[in-house]
Amino acid sequence: MASTTVAAPEGRKGGTRPSGRPSARRGGVASWLLPLAPALFLMLVFFAGPIIWTVWVSFTNAALTGVNAAQPEFVGLANFTELFADPKFREATLLTVVFLLGSGVVGQTVLGLGLALLLQNRHPAARMVVSTVVVGAWVVPEVVAGLLWVVFLEREGGLNGVFEFLGAAPVNWLYTAPLFAVILANVWKGTAFSMMTYSAGLSEIPSYLKEAARVDGASTLQVVWHIVLPLLRRTIATTLMLVTLQTVQVFTLIYVMTAGGPGERSTTLPLLMYKEALQFGDLGYGTTVALALLIVAGLFSAAYVKMLRPEEVR
Amino acid sequence: MKRFAIRRRPRRAIIAATTAATLAAALAGCSGDSQDPNTVTIAYQKFGSFVAADTLFKKVKKDFEAANPDATVELRAIEAPAEDYQTQVNLMNQSGSEAPDLIYEDSFTINQDADAGYLRPLDEYWDKWEDAERFNEQADAAVTGLDGKRYGALLGTDTRGLWYNKKLLEKAGVKTPWEPKDWDEILETARTLKSKLGKDVIPLHVPSGQPQGEEASMQGFQMLHTGTAEGDSGGLLFDEKAKKWIVGDPGFVDSLEFVKSVYGGDLSLDEQDALNANVSTINNEQRIPDGELAISMNGSWVPQAWIDSANKPWPEWQDTMEFVPMPTKDGQDPGATSLSGGWTLAMGAKATDPDLSWKVMAEAMNQENATKFAIEGAQVPVRDDIADDPKFSKAPAVNDVANELIDVTHFRPAYSEYPKVSIAITKAMEAVMLGEASPAEAAKTYDEEVAKIVGDDKVVKAGG
Repeated sequence: MASTTVAAPEGRKGGTRPSGRPSARRGGVASWLLPLAPALFLMLVFFAGPIIWTVWVSFTNAALTGVNAAQPEFVGLANFTELFADPKFREATLLTVVFLLGSGVVGQTVLGLGLALLLQNRHPAARMVVSTVVVGAWVVPEVVAGLLWVVFLEREGGLNGVFEFLGAAPVNWLYTAPLFAVILANVWKGTAFSMMTYSAGLSEIPSYLKEAARVDGASTLQVVWHIVLPLLRRTIATTLMLVTLQTVQVFTLIYVMTAGGPGERSTTLPLLMYKEALQFGDLGYGTTVALALLIVAGLFSAAYVKMLRPEEVR
Repeated sequence: MKRFAIRRRPRRAIIAATTAATLAAALAGCSGDSQDPNTVTIAYQKFGSFVAADTLFKKVKKDFEAANPDATVELRAIEAPAEDYQTQVNLMNQSGSEAPDLIYEDSFTINQDADAGYLRPLDEYWDKWEDAERFNEQADAAVTGLDGKRYGALLGTDTRGLWYNKKLLEKAGVKTPWEPKDWDEILETARTLKSKLGKDVIPLHVPSGQPQGEEASMQGFQMLHTGTAEGDSGGLLFDEKAKKWIVGDPGFVDSLEFVKSVYGGDLSLDEQDALNANVSTINNEQRIPDGELAISMNGSWVPQAWIDSANKPWPEWQDTMEFVPMPTKDGQDPGATSLSGGWTLAMGAKATDPDLSWKVMAEAMNQENATKFAIEGAQVPVRDDIADDPKFSKAPAVNDVANELIDVTHFRPAYSEYPKVSIAITKAMEAVMLGEASPAEAAKTYDEEVAKIVGDDKVVKAGG
C-alpha cells in the first residue's frame, strides 16, 4: 500500500489511533482470513489434500478395480511390512540411489560446477554460446528429451552409427546398459540448472579475495579449493538439495526411454510406484512406495544439510 | 485518509467476490457430476492395427444421432495398449464426471470391474431385448459375473493359433500345408528356417514378457500351458472345483522351457525387440508383410491388419498366410489347443441415463453392426445370424480354421485376481527370456507370487 511508509509511526500505536480503520478491529479474524481464503483454500485442496490422502491411502488396501476399489479397508501397517520384505523395493531403492548419485550428484553437480567455473571471466560470446546450448537441453520437454535419447542410443541410432564408422560392433545401450543410458540422458538434461545456480553463486564471490590469494602465490586450483568452494558452500547445499529432489522424482524420462526395463533393470522408485499403483491397480501399495520415495529424498536432503552446514549453528 | 476509506470498500468487495467465485468454481469442479443426460459417452480402445471399434462406434454415433435428434453420442477413443487403456478407464470410472456411460471392455476384466462397482447389471434390458436369443451360450457365460448377473454383451470372440508364411516355409524346403503335430515339430521347423533362410528371416514369434501384458500371457504362455494337459489333469491355472489357484504344475515349467528354447535358441526376435510393447503391431504391419517373420503365434483376428479397411492393407496376405491350430505338447488328445477371449460392451454404473445408454448399446450390437464388427475386427461371431450373412461368409478375413478351434478352446479363469496372476506369468516369461532365471526357478517365483496375490489359503498344489 502506498500509505505504509507515511503511516508507519502512527500505525505502531495501533488501536489508539482515532481516525484509522475501525473495521480492522471490528473484523477481527475475518479481516485477515478473508483475503487469505482463496490462497489457503487452494493450498489445502491441491497441496495438503493430496498429501494427506496419500498418507491415508497407504494404510488401506485401496485399488483401482476389484472389490477393494468399492470398499477399501484399513489394513494398518500391512503395506509397510510388505514393502520392507519386497525384494523389488530394495532393488528399486538401490537403483534410485545409483541414479541419483550418478546423474544428480556426480553428473549434474560436478559438471554444472565445472562448466560454471570454466565460463567465469570468459568472452561474453563464448559464454552465450555455451549457455544457450546447455540451457537448450534443459528447456526441451522431458518426453522429447527421452525420445531424442532413444533415437541416439538405440541399436540403429546415432551413437551406433559413429561406432560402426569406427569399426566397432553396435550396442543397444537402452537394453544392455539401461541405467547408464538414463543417467546420461538426465545429466544432459539437468546440467543447465546447476550450471546456472553455480554461475549466480560464483558472481557473488568478491574478486578481491581471489586476487589476494593469487598475490599470496596460490595456484588456480588452490584458489578454487580454498576460496571459491568454501564461499560457495551454501549454494552447493541448496543446489544439491534441489537437484536431489528433482532427480529422485524423474519418471517421464526413464519411462519414455526404457519403461523400467528390461526386466526391472531401470525401475527406480517412481517407476515402481507407477507400476504398483496404476499398472497393477494397487493404489494402497503404490502410495506406500510414494511415501518411501519421500523418505529417501528426505534422508538425502538431511545428509546434505548436515554435511555442508557451516561451523556456526544455523 | 478518507480517500482510502472509499477505495477500500470496492477492493474488499472484489476480494469477497473473487473468493466466492474461486470457492464456487473449485467446489463445482470437485462435486463433478455435471453430465448432460442426453449425452451417451462411449470409451473404447483404438490402438495399432485395431481400428474396428473406432469405425463401429463412429457409425453408431452417426446412425443413432440421425434417428434421435435430441441425443448425442460422445466418443472417447483412447489410444493406448490394452493395459494402459484399462488403467485409463478405471481412473475415469472413479470419477463422477468422467465415468463413461458405455465401456468397450475386455471380457476378462468384467468380474473385477463388477466387484469394484463400476458396471451396471444389464439383466432388466437384456431379458426384454428381442435379439438376445441370437447370442450363443458361450457369449453369455463370458459376461456373467460370479454373482450370476449379466454385466455386458460379447461383441465377438476369437481363437488363437499359428500364422505361417507359406512362401517362406516352401523356400526353406518345409512341406506345406504345414501342420505341426507337437511342440518339437514347431521348434524343428523353426531351426530349419533359421539354417536355410539365414539372418533375414525371423523363424518364429511367441509373445512373451511384461511389455506385452495380457497378450504374452494369453497368446504366448497359455497357448503352451493349456497344451500340457493330459486328459483332465494339468495345464490349468485355476482349479474350478476347489476354487483355488494352482501352483507347482510341471506343465508350467514345460511351457517356460519352450519359451527358453525359442529365445535361448535364437529362433525368434532379439529379446530387446520381443520386449518392445509394440511388437505385435510391428510384426503384423511390417515384419509379416515384408516377409521377415515366418511363423507367428497369434490371434485369429490378425488379418484386420491386412484387409482393405486396415491402416496398411496387404492384399497378398490371402495367398501367403495360413492359419493352423497350435498342437498340444506331445500331440496328446485333443491334438490342438486354443484360447478364446473377446471384448464386450458394458454399461457404466454411473451411466447418466441407463435407458438411453442401453438404446445405443443395442444399436451397436444389432445384426448389421455386429456383422460389420465381425468382419473388420476379424472376429469369430457370437450372434448366430452372422455366420449365414453372405457379407460375412464371403469376407476375406473369415477363417474356418479359427471358427473350428472353438471346439478345443479354453477360456481364462477371469476372476478378480486373474489380471494380477497374469502379470506374474509375464514376469516369469521375461525372467526366462533374459536368462535371469531357469524355467524351474521362474515357476517357483510365480508360485510364490500367486500365493501373495490371492492368499496362501487360495492356492492348491497341482495334482493335489
